[in-house]
Amino acid sequence: MSSRNGIHGLLTKARTHATDMMGRMWSGQFMDSMLRPGSPFKKGYTDTPRNRSYVIMNNVLYHLHPVKVKRHGVKLSYTLCLGGLSFFLFILLTVTGIFLMFYYAPTAERAYIDVQALSTDIAFGSLMRNMHRWGAHLMVLTVFLHMSRVFYHGAYKPPREFNWVVGVILLLLTLLLSFTGYLLPWDQLALWAVTVGTNMAGFVPVIGAQVKFALLGGVEVTAGTLLRWYVLHVLFLPFIIVIFLAVHFWRVRKDGGISGPL
Amino acid sequence: MPEIPEELLRRSAEAKAKALGLPVEQVLAEMRGEAPVAEVPAESVDVPRPTFVPSPPPPSVPEIPPEPQPPDPASAPPPAITAVAETPPAAAEGPAPAVEEPAPAAPEVPDNGAGNGRLAATVSVRPSVPPAGVPEGVRHQRLLTVVKARAIQQVKADPTDKVNTWPHLMIAEFTALLAMTAFLLVLSTILQAPLLEAANFNATPNPSKAPWYFLGLQEMLSYFDPQIAGVTVPTVIGIVGFMMIPYIDRNPSTRPSDRKLAIMLFTIFLAGSATLTILGVLFRGPGFNFAYPWVDGVFFDDLKDWVDFGGH
Repeated sequence: MSSRNGIHGLLTKARTHATDMMGRMWSGQFMDSMLRPGSPFKKGYTDTPRNRSYVIMNNVLYHLHPVKVKRHGVKLSYTLCLGGLSFFLFILLTVTGIFLMFYYAPTAERAYIDVQALSTDIAFGSLMRNMHRWGAHLMVLTVFLHMSRVFYHGAYKPPREFNWVVGVILLLLTLLLSFTGYLLPWDQLALWAVTVGTNMAGFVPVIGAQVKFALLGGVEVTAGTLLRWYVLHVLFLPFIIVIFLAVHFWRVRKDGGISGPL
Repeated sequence: MPEIPEELLRRSAEAKAKALGLPVEQVLAEMRGEAPVAEVPAESVDVPRPTFVPSPPPPSVPEIPPEPQPPDPASAPPPAITAVAETPPAAAEGPAPAVEEPAPAAPEVPDNGAGNGRLAATVSVRPSVPPAGVPEGVRHQRLLTVVKARAIQQVKADPTDKVNTWPHLMIAEFTALLAMTAFLLVLSTILQAPLLEAANFNATPNPSKAPWYFLGLQEMLSYFDPQIAGVTVPTVIGIVGFMMIPYIDRNPSTRPSDRKLAIMLFTIFLAGSATLTILGVLFRGPGFNFAYPWVDGVFFDDLKDWVDFGGH
């Protein structure tokens, strides 16, 4: 009798405790702890200049954006959002790329079949692959256009010289990322486009042959090249580009934010 | 008592002598404790070496000639007091407040040219007795140096027309992000990414084309020697040259009317690379010979579904 009472009491206590905890979580404490002061998702948010500052200042976004920006920089016609869109495409490519990685093995036997399966059998596989491919082309384009925009605004001039250099490195890394991804479907298009591309690298004076050998992991495209480019594509180059992106964004802010109007 | 290296003491003495307009040797001797200092308190005369203990307020701050006020007060912020040392209470342990900091802010703050040429005032303070009449335990504050605010850090920002990032910028960015997602989703639903037959080392497709962003290079390879077109041009001009742009272009202006040459050169580069790429993508057929896309079809697999002009 007493043991039943004990279990019953324990259960009641546990349930009360759980309900209480859930109540506290959703009624405030959890949300309060998650959202920092000034978040527009917080209860009682009012649109005041102070809260507008807090939205940025008390947020991880503070790493990217200052609390206030120059008015002309907000105009779409000034930046065309090209830098931001390049970064966003990078994120989209990471997300879709991770999806593709679940269904792809970088071996000469599996690669082509896996990509075929992605295009036909796997739920959302075709959409993800298409988004990854078109997104990659688009990113090369937006990065290039971003560079052109920066040039025409003279935004590479002091104090932003070094950030231009970082930007050129980022363009290069974008091209390399796109080019390494080009081989992965392991179809005729991939194989021969990469053959043509790396042949061009072989024309580098003095070290041409060595560069080509290092890129291909041999004298021509092989299954070893596939694995090598896969690792470069999904690990090494993203790792490097994220570092340069961080420096690039940080320098944008440290060099005085967006460049002045013409 | 900490020993102060000779060269530090010497540098400090030189700076102090300069500030006070006294001969260096005299100041040095004072600092070493070899010569009596005019206002050294009685209990500290026998202290042979200077200490790091901040000294009490001086009876007289060395004269700094007042600067003429600049015409535009906004462009020249008033000198900011950047360092204030607190003296310990008179009852503090250790030797009595003695001589001088080892190296008071001696080097003159250079005028960075942005200001109006006002000198940064660097004040070295004469060691002295606490003024009579100050009760024990009262903390004094002493002006160490007066530095022009702009010299170290721009304290006051130039007024600019700014808006809050939230909501003005964030909304624009979020809209652009949604638009891009929508565009990419629609595009990816309509257009299938190309997938040809499995890789075959024994069957070279004709033509073999690089990815589109390298097709400009491939196009150039068909005109020039590979050493020039394939390598020297892209690496030297493309990479090194582009990185060097800010260091080559010394023109400080960003107005388009002031940078006609730069804009012209870049536009030529853009137009040239676009032309070469379009030629390579659309107008090259079997054997990388010229072909008309509306007659012979598009020989670029990434683009076949986009713009199929017929043919093949």
